[in-house]
Amino acid sequence: MASDMTKPILDALSASEGPILSSEAFPSIPSLSIKSAVDRLASRQMVEYETIEKEAAVLTKEGEDIAANGSHEAKVFEAVVAAIDGLKIGDLPGIVGKENAGIGQGNAFKRGWIKKDKDTLRATTDSIVDETRDLLLNIKKSQAVADKKVLVDLKRRKLISIQKVISFKISKGPKYAKEFVKEETDLTAEMLHDGSWKTAHFKPYNFNARGAPAPSGALHPLNKVRQEFRSIFFEMGFEEMPTNRFVETGFWNFDALYVPQQHPARDLQDTFYISDPLTADPPREDPEHDPHRPKPVHKPTTTEKKLDYKEYWENVRQVHEDGKYGSIGYRYPWSAKESLRLVLRTHTTSVSTYMLHKLAANPRPARYFSIDRVFRNEAVDATHLAEFHQIEGVIADFGLTLGGLIGFMEVFFAKMGIHQLRFKPAYNPYTEPSMEIFGYHEGLGKWVEIGNSGMFRPEMLEPMGLPKDMRVYGWGLSLERPTMIKYAVSNIRELLGHKVDLNFIETNPAVRLEKE
Amino acid sequence: MPTISVDKAELFKELGKDYTTEEFDELCFEFGIELDEDTTNSDRPTVDGKQEPPQLKIEIPANRYDLLCFEGIALMLNIFLGRKPLPNYRLIEPPSGELQKIIVKEDTMKVRPLVSGAILRNVTFDQARYESFIALQDKLHQNLARQRTLVSIGTHDLDTIQGPFTYEALPPRDIRFVPLNQTQEMNGEELMDFYDKDKHLGKYLHIIRDSPVYPVIYDSQRTVCSLPPIINGDHSKITLNTRNVFIEITALDKTKVEIVNKIMVSMFSQYTSEPFTIEPIQVVSEHNNETRITPDIAPRTTQAEVSYLNQCCGLQLSQEDICKLLKKMAYDATPSSSSDLVDVHIPPTRADVLHQADIMEDVAIAYGFNKLPRSFPSKSGTIAQPLPINKLSDIVRVEAAMAGWSEVLPLILCSHDENFAWLNRKDDGNIAVKLANPKTMEFQVVRTSLLPGLLKTIRENKQHSVPMKIFEVSDVAFKDLSLERKSRNERHFAAAWYGKSSGFEVVHGLLDRIMSMLKSAFITGEEGLENPEVGASHYWIEELNDPTFFPGHAASVHLRIGDKDHTIGAFGILHPTVLENYEMKYPVSTLEINIEAFL
Repeated sequence: MASDMTKPILDALSASEGPILSSEAFPSIPSLSIKSAVDRLASRQMVEYETIEKEAAVLTKEGEDIAANGSHEAKVFEAVVAAIDGLKIGDLPGIVGKENAGIGQGNAFKRGWIKKDKDTLRATTDSIVDETRDLLLNIKKSQAVADKKVLVDLKRRKLISIQKVISFKISKGPKYAKEFVKEETDLTAEMLHDGSWKTAHFKPYNFNARGAPAPSGALHPLNKVRQEFRSIFFEMGFEEMPTNRFVETGFWNFDALYVPQQHPARDLQDTFYISDPLTADPPREDPEHDPHRPKPVHKPTTTEKKLDYKEYWENVRQVHEDGKYGSIGYRYPWSAKESLRLVLRTHTTSVSTYMLHKLAANPRPARYFSIDRVFRNEAVDATHLAEFHQIEGVIADFGLTLGGLIGFMEVFFAKMGIHQLRFKPAYNPYTEPSMEIFGYHEGLGKWVEIGNSGMFRPEMLEPMGLPKDMRVYGWGLSLERPTMIKYAVSNIRELLGHKVDLNFIETNPAVRLEKE
Repeated sequence: MPTISVDKAELFKELGKDYTTEEFDELCFEFGIELDEDTTNSDRPTVDGKQEPPQLKIEIPANRYDLLCFEGIALMLNIFLGRKPLPNYRLIEPPSGELQKIIVKEDTMKVRPLVSGAILRNVTFDQARYESFIALQDKLHQNLARQRTLVSIGTHDLDTIQGPFTYEALPPRDIRFVPLNQTQEMNGEELMDFYDKDKHLGKYLHIIRDSPVYPVIYDSQRTVCSLPPIINGDHSKITLNTRNVFIEITALDKTKVEIVNKIMVSMFSQYTSEPFTIEPIQVVSEHNNETRITPDIAPRTTQAEVSYLNQCCGLQLSQEDICKLLKKMAYDATPSSSSDLVDVHIPPTRADVLHQADIMEDVAIAYGFNKLPRSFPSKSGTIAQPLPINKLSDIVRVEAAMAGWSEVLPLILCSHDENFAWLNRKDDGNIAVKLANPKTMEFQVVRTSLLPGLLKTIRENKQHSVPMKIFEVSDVAFKDLSLERKSRNERHFAAAWYGKSSGFEVVHGLLDRIMSMLKSAFITGEEGLENPEVGASHYWIEELNDPTFFPGHAASVHLRIGDKDHTIGAFGILHPTVLENYEMKYPVSTLEINIEAFL
């Protein structure tokens, strides 16, 4: 960096009555150095300045050389004079340089300063006036050429060039002082140590700039929303279900939920079937060593009934095929083979079913939830992926009413900031009644479907061995849909999967469902 | 869910009110159907110089087959609004007293064993009714009939054919007729070729194509009425002038064949000269004990418990209140002699009613879901708790993020190559769960490693500044033949570094950090293992030769908890061939461990 010009500028202002011109006061200082100094001074209101832009004639390197040492012809003349008895033409380049020799010799002849005597140059006069040099010296000072013809000639001879020259008109500012005190940019340990912080001047902080970027990791936006939902469930007394099981049997995914075997949901078009391994075993007790077996917080005081899986299987068959528990059934030949086909679970309700069956060992009030991945063999588009997350809640209790389900939903959704709900009758093979939940979206100004709910059918619950007067609410929604609405994401692939933009993950704000 | 288009003006005329779109939307909402679209203000197609009149597109619940046509929607809404009573459907025998017959031959057992039918006499069609009649068959074929596999319907102008009819199964070559809207006669084989590329019918050919015999319905003159489930004969086709309609329905499913029959006749018997009358027919099918008179349109009678209905709805309705509400939903209900029961007659249109739970729902709909007294089910205290593996995962996730890594969420399904070959891994057939029917190569297996997802995420984020540091905590799945579902999930933690240098030590450092947060001490060599000072859980690493990684720059991770040793994973610099497979420009180091041992 060039030398600090703040001091010279302050001094010059002190010595001058009025404003100063940098081009006059500091003609040889590059304008960039002046600029940085006046900026610094101006930021503290010590000076004020105007920028002056003008075109100036500036000597080229050759022009500078002539201004300093004389024109080529003058140099030739001096060399000739210096030689006592004329100068051999051949010696001239050795003395004045090759460049000067040619042009200088010619010009000196033209001006009649020298003459040629065979191979020797001789002076014809004792003294000369070096006009070229005088002209250039004058231009250097004034930075202007009055005569246009001369200007063109000098430019052609590459002795001057025309440049934009920036200079400054500097005057005292409201906080002018003779001294520019050095500014500290930061409070350092040394300052604390040597006490210099007491006298140091601190550079004002730029409150318009951003701070230094904080290096940080990030949690995925979808998982942040998931965590909010989990918190809501925990606040309301729910136990998380073991959904770490992607592969299910037709039995747990469909039959046990009273989804008939010809239901469209079981089509190859909708469900991923497994080719390897091919066939499941009929339902049975989980292995003892399975670390994911659900463990109640405290052992119930009443004794647990041993679950009879064979009986359950048979009950499910009967309720589909012939009807049972007050139901006329679907009345079709139920296939055990179909029930043992392996699928990627299409919903986490398969796990709710598994948990409710476990509950039949000791029927008691229970609240379960899960949020996990489910799989649908759908064509992928902006709103559909073959995978998404399902949020599911289950409440089992005696004497539950439909109004209770509605009342519960009001509290549940109020915790996510949705305060107006209404319910539409709908159809779902495993819930009756089934209610679609619509919430009023303030931003969109309309009712949007936000979930599905219902009471599980007796044909699903009673085969498990749950008592007839135990009723079970179930409801579900996808995790992606509310997240897409919330973040105005229009393509689900921008939210889930490998095409998600890492910058989106890293800059996504914290999630507070109740606030938005 | 099926969507039905109905003529807006015609429907509102039937309902006796010119609804605004909002009002009609509200009515649908309360009743449990959904107004998808009102085309009044949309660009409507012009056919034959006439612009289509405004339509209402209405979504119907999948189990309400009685709402799959204009007639059904109009009727059920009118009943719901109290404007019309439930029709009294009646069977009327023909004046001769002799029923039409379909005689079933035993060979049909080989291909499509069941048949049913009915006759509608003195029907008046107009263009709209005719189109609705065809559209209803189509909707039933699509939905309940599962693309005609389970049930298919043929309708005929009875005056062009003569009973008794026979339902037979014959070799394809022996069946010759002119199919509907064709001029050329062809046999069963030729017909298959003829319709092979047909956009509409081509998709049904597979149902019988490879069967040695095809089902066929003949009249007494050996005229082919239909070749179910593909196409009818041209001879007996319905026109606007048809007066007497013969409906035949063939099927694999005994229950559904009668549901279809009941829906067809209950929807269109209103256009007979004596509305809501149906002429039954006799099916003669001795070989499978299916000889019967169809359709049986008598209401199904059952009982519902007043206490159950009230309890579920949270109401205190009397028997009479309940009966009144049920009437709105097309039931005929009367108080029973027992005070806790109502006698409910379920109309032939309501095949969806299986249990008193369905009746309860209809009470609630008729009462109004949104008018039900709301309460909060808080009588029983339950204790919240997270799933242990998820709690453990959250610890790892949060620690990794606090260490400066970003969480990603790739898909669980991937291609076979991504899971194996691209990682220089071999599939011995005992590891991965494979999908039978994926629509794309992207979804061939359930991942057995989190690495493919991480690498694909990096590949798609090349514009991001380097280094990229990403992680995931999620499940992979493995085949496990010892279990009921023949597979099991396993919770993994994986991380990947992508940068100008390998990041090997950085990934190693992340492992150390996570281990230390999980209270596992680092020890080296056998010496450390035997050091009694070391706590209950500790880990060490060993150099690993694995083709996924760059030689000499990979390690396996070992964990000892109590007395049990687990090899929980590996980390290292990915082999340059792996980088090439995943189109990586810079080196990548990865870490992947199974965290279930920490449970």
